Amino acid sequence: MAKVKLNFAEALCKGCFLCADACPKKILELNEDKVNQKGYNPIHCTDEGACIGCAMCAVICPDSVIGLERE
Amino acid sequence: MAIIYEKSKGLTERPLTYCPGCSHGIVHKLIAETLVELNLLDHTVAIAPVGCSVFAYDFFNCDGVQAAHGRAPAVATGIKRVAPESIVFTYQGDGDLAAIGTAETIHAAHRGENITVIFINNAIYGMTGGQLAPTTLVGQKTSTSPFGRNVAHQGLPIKVCEMLAAIPSSYYLERTSVHDVPHIRKTKAAIKKAFQYQVDGKGFSMVEILSGCPVGWNVSPVESMKFIKEQMMPYYPLGVYRDGGAEI
Repeated sequence: MAKVKLNFAEALCKGCFLCADACPKKILELNEDKVNQKGYNPIHCTDEGACIGCAMCAVICPDSVIGLERE
Repeated sequence: MAIIYEKSKGLTERPLTYCPGCSHGIVHKLIAETLVELNLLDHTVAIAPVGCSVFAYDFFNCDGVQAAHGRAPAVATGIKRVAPESIVFTYQGDGDLAAIGTAETIHAAHRGENITVIFINNAIYGMTGGQLAPTTLVGQKTSTSPFGRNVAHQGLPIKVCEMLAAIPSSYYLERTSVHDVPHIRKTKAAIKKAFQYQVDGKGFSMVEILSGCPVGWNVSPVESMKFIKEQMMPYYPLGVYRDGGAEI
């Protein structure tokens, strides 16, 4: 399967975790090592190779943080 | 590189002012995507309500007006009548549409105004601090019903879709939810249908969307989605309440 590239607009993330809950592969987590301008730990992907590109995370994200591209 | 998903062109670059996990953002995206897909963005007017979504005109990449509390369908009526080529939609919460704006909503439906109403039902007054709304569930604790909604005191929650379904001139009414991805996709289909009916000049269309208010409900965003599914959906059944296009 072609590789999927995830783009996170980290500055917009409010750490609501809806994307991580919706992800069927459970590869999204809050990045505890980072704080964005809004003061939240932004979401990040722990294993991009496992992403199947279903875009469920992007569909449920209220703040349009996540974009997906297929290489 | 093929794009699978990107932020809709129907939204401006302005970051949303909503709380983390608020369903307003999800519905904003669905409306923006619909307007782009139906190629309506350049002649659409959004009517923002009073409530958390009062700045909605800043977020949609189309023209916008902000109406007095509950009066969005009346403002929409005026705009649609003087500029019938425009696509006019109102974006209202339950405090706006089902409390102070009940009269405007019912009369707009009775007149069969060719407008689209997007009704966000989150069972609470979000912006003012989580007070009891007309749609608050029986037993639900809010800041003004700390022991839960009591039918003897506050009456029953209003079912707006069922109420408007009794009006012969309302053309399309559907209740959907945004608590998970399949239901978000169904909600988008409903919004698209409502706008298409307006393009076709069919008359009054409304989509009621069961939404989450994690901060107002004092739960996490993920728990708020469970609350919609487990608590709201039994009282507010999803489905199409009126579809003039389907009866033919």
